[in-house]
Amino acid sequence: MSITLQHISKSYKKVEALKDISFEVKENELFGLIGPDGAGKTTLFRILTTLLFADEGTANVAGFDVVKDYKAIRQNVGYMPGKFSLYQDLTVEENLKFFATIFGTTIDENYELIKDIYVQIEPFKNRRAGKLSGGMKQKLALSCALIHKPKVLFLDEPTTGVDPVSRKEFWEMLKRLQQKGITILVSTPYMDEAALCDRIALIQDGKILKIDTPEAIVKHYPKTIYNIGANNMYQLILSLNAYEHSYSVYPFGEFVHYTDQRTNFELNDLKKYLEAENLTGVSIQSTKPTIEDTFMELAK
Amino acid sequence: MKRFLGFIEKEFYHIFRDKRSLFILFGMPIAQILLFGFAITNEINNVEIAILDHSKDATTGEIINKISASKYFSINQFIEQEADIEAAFKKGKIKAVLNFENDFSKNLVKEKQATIQVITDATDPNTANTISNYINSILQNYQLDQNKDIKIVYQIVPQTRMIYNPELKSVFMFVPGVMTIILMLVSAMMTSISITREKELGTMEILLVSPLKPFQVIIGKVVPYIFLSMINAVVIILLSIFIFKMPVQGSLFLLGLESVLFIITSLTLGILISTISATQQTAMMISLMGLMLPVILLSGFIFPISSMPAPLQIISHFIPAKWFIIILKGIMLKGVGISLLWKETLILLAMTLFFIGLSIKKYKIRLE
Repeated sequence: MSITLQHISKSYKKVEALKDISFEVKENELFGLIGPDGAGKTTLFRILTTLLFADEGTANVAGFDVVKDYKAIRQNVGYMPGKFSLYQDLTVEENLKFFATIFGTTIDENYELIKDIYVQIEPFKNRRAGKLSGGMKQKLALSCALIHKPKVLFLDEPTTGVDPVSRKEFWEMLKRLQQKGITILVSTPYMDEAALCDRIALIQDGKILKIDTPEAIVKHYPKTIYNIGANNMYQLILSLNAYEHSYSVYPFGEFVHYTDQRTNFELNDLKKYLEAENLTGVSIQSTKPTIEDTFMELAK
Repeated sequence: MKRFLGFIEKEFYHIFRDKRSLFILFGMPIAQILLFGFAITNEINNVEIAILDHSKDATTGEIINKISASKYFSINQFIEQEADIEAAFKKGKIKAVLNFENDFSKNLVKEKQATIQVITDATDPNTANTISNYINSILQNYQLDQNKDIKIVYQIVPQTRMIYNPELKSVFMFVPGVMTIILMLVSAMMTSISITREKELGTMEILLVSPLKPFQVIIGKVVPYIFLSMINAVVIILLSIFIFKMPVQGSLFLLGLESVLFIITSLTLGILISTISATQQTAMMISLMGLMLPVILLSGFIFPISSMPAPLQIISHFIPAKWFIIILKGIMLKGVGISLLWKETLILLAMTLFFIGLSIKKYKIRLE
């Protein structure tokens, strides 16, 4: 096991940030921690990267205890905090060189590992890090976190505030890193990114809701989901919420994801009801549940 | 070691790329020393005074000549009547008025006594005091000259000699003080800010999750500032020698060593401040309020410690600057060596060790 957590709890003055968290991340796995802001993801990362003590429970990273062997862990992990944490007044190359030096290595030594990522920012290597765009900053931060060839990589919300194209590229890079034998624990508030992980843990309010592969998590969704569209989105949500058999109603892009309390019912009844509510252009189709649906259901 | 050097290299990048910190580092010391040296002074020069001479006779003329001949005073105007005195003061140009009584010479001969009223503007009490002292001594001189031939039964003549600063130049008093303030402020404030900046920007988080040891981070932060403060100390000493003709009676080498010691004391104070403050702003406030004020008020730089109330005198013992100022004055003005300054040096050394111990104890290897 690359990462093991057993009954980890952590409280700040008044808030209980983590409640009895236990899970394992296998060697060479791309493991996602999926949850909204304030779910406790960052606290969990800080405990695993030896920056915080847990109140209760034990945790191991790369075979080392996070409390006793914190020095060994600090040699062996790469950490990219949620906030951009490089030196803004240093250039791209100086940042990379600095992190290589303090980990006792050089850029040349591990260039192979970061090559794919670094070539994209290399044209800007003399630019100050503070002047880079969001996507480039992330690439630089990832390069810096990787430069010492860590066994385990911790990425705390690496794609927050990054444009969709860069996000996609970023995940492709993670996949390639995984192929090079690095275990990756990544957190994200974006449900669509969850599908790209080997396994995910859904976390909310400091509690793990479910851990499984993305496919399995979706498969176990208990109900049929309907994609409902109409010309007046706002009215549609109000009407569906008011419907006597309604179970859940969530806006999802230009549609509403709707589930019904009954297992079997006539779609036409629902359509008639909606049209009676003065809605036009009503369309109803069953659809596959997504991770977001599962999350909403579990968090309910 | 390579890691450590890499860290120091990075620190120098930070310093040289931040125009503000460069300015604080090198602009402030020069500006301060020039300000204190030229502008802030206890001496009086060419103070403008007014004369109200009711008798206008030979004696008053002689006295007025004597006063206007001295470099301390220049006569701005002659007033004709008492009523105009206040108006003259209110214009703000003159600092004193000499009021000679009617029939000055006649009274002097007949009654053996004549009076001059000296009115000074005491909105600035120190200057007013100095002015009236100077005028008094000019008048006494004149009197002595007049009485040369007359035999006096006996007389006590005090012979005062000012040593170490015979010309009573106030810049001699300010230079050690300013040097102390600058070294303390630059060293302590800049290190505490540069450490808290890493906390604020989140880079400390990454540094913690790296094989760099805490003491490497701290010493790496401190080393560049030791160098820069040394340069500052040299600049200040050169400025005071060449511009203000400040003597260095004692050994320059000892002066250098003691400066390094004090720089290190200040740096450790800076580290201590950074361990208790989370943001650059707090660090700056603590440095300014917690270091600058005590240094100015309680170190004996401006206000003599011996005339402070007892509790403040006790507090002043805990202020490193006080001991450094004693050392500086000793070496520069009196030319004494380590044999007389070992006690102060030892106290500074002990304080430094104490601060180092405390900061190592307080430095967090985690975020909590």
